[in-house]
Amino acid sequence: MSVEPFVSHSPDTSDALARDAGPEVLISNLLRAGVVVSLTLVTFGMSLTFFHHRDYFSSAQALQRLTAPERGPHALAEVLADAMNARGQAFVMVGLLVLMATPVLRVALSLLTFGRQRDRAFVTVTSVVLTLLLLSFLLGGVE
Amino acid sequence: MTPFLFTVVVFVVSLGAGLMGSLLGLGGGLILVPVLTLLLGVDIRYAVGASIVSVIATSSGAAAAYVRERLTNLRVAMFLELATTAGALTGASLAGLISGRWLYVVFGVVMGYSALAMLSKLRGGQCVAGALPPDALADRLGLHGSYWDEETGREVPYRVTRPLTGLGLMYAAGTVSGLLGIGSGALKVPAMDLAMGLPLKVSTATSNFMIGVTAAASAGVYFARGDIDPFIAGPVCAGVVLGALTGSRFLTKVKSSWLRGLFVVVLLGVAFQMLRKGVSP
Repeated sequence: MSVEPFVSHSPDTSDALARDAGPEVLISNLLRAGVVVSLTLVTFGMSLTFFHHRDYFSSAQALQRLTAPERGPHALAEVLADAMNARGQAFVMVGLLVLMATPVLRVALSLLTFGRQRDRAFVTVTSVVLTLLLLSFLLGGVE
Repeated sequence: MTPFLFTVVVFVVSLGAGLMGSLLGLGGGLILVPVLTLLLGVDIRYAVGASIVSVIATSSGAAAAYVRERLTNLRVAMFLELATTAGALTGASLAGLISGRWLYVVFGVVMGYSALAMLSKLRGGQCVAGALPPDALADRLGLHGSYWDEETGREVPYRVTRPLTGLGLMYAAGTVSGLLGIGSGALKVPAMDLAMGLPLKVSTATSNFMIGVTAAASAGVYFARGDIDPFIAGPVCAGVVLGALTGSRFLTKVKSSWLRGLFVVVLLGVAFQMLRKGVSP
């Protein structure tokens, strides 16, 4: 098992990239992609919301309605149904779901890289982390 | 205030939270929750849901850069995530059982202690790397590493010690995350920095990386409860992502002592806030 995945470090990132497209670069790309996709969906959804609701620029009552408890599309089925109707908030919600899924995908990707390195101790560690994460989503669904 | 103005205000506050969070290894939830509830009158449930989103956004946004720069210790992170995810699950299940007041008191005390411990280290100057006791488990798991410090312009090797102590502290930090809906980076950074001997910048980057997974472990529960509201969490997500992406460009260039000073100030502020919440009726 290698203690240090690299010999020396150069501040020149392109040089480092050319030398080794290791787990660091893969994980970094995954995180960046998740964040950018999420940001795009959220921004698009918010723009769509304000386009559909011109009164949001002027009415103060609208805000009280929006920040009051018990509203909005929340459940997954509602989100999908609303997304079909091109409702802005549903796109925002899908963007938020992409954001929440990113760390889980990152752990799954780590499992693959540790497996490729035949690092049995860390394959075990990562599998347990992934199981706990999936368990939490299951528990959330039951509640 | 109109919905448009609300969105702009939340976006700007989140931009600041993401910037600060990425530099300090925190999720920004401790900045966002008070602003959303006290200043903008948002329901506490939605504020906590937005806080979870903020934690994941800071983590993913900043970690993308830190991992690429090899500032993050991926092996230490994954090892400690064992404890933080287990803790987050415990915390999320306990959330309904424990009185919130006790929670705030415990949190305030732990954070105040961390701040003082950090402060004494700040005044004592740089810690000596050779003084750390060797650890067989850390050796076997290959947790040691090195990083490139742009401030001094050289490669800094470091050794990791007391992984089991770290695991225990991270379980506690994870439980707090699950209970309060925050990343509890303020507890993770001292656990790595003070107990395990990681350099502060590595602790900050590694904490940043870990808080996303810790928050994801409780996000499922919060989402299913309907606490993640798109109108409030949307501008939070956009602001925090942009703030974190910007902040992560500066971490390697910032002086460690300056960073630690800022961290102590934030810790003391939050500890005071928590204690006041726990003690006042």
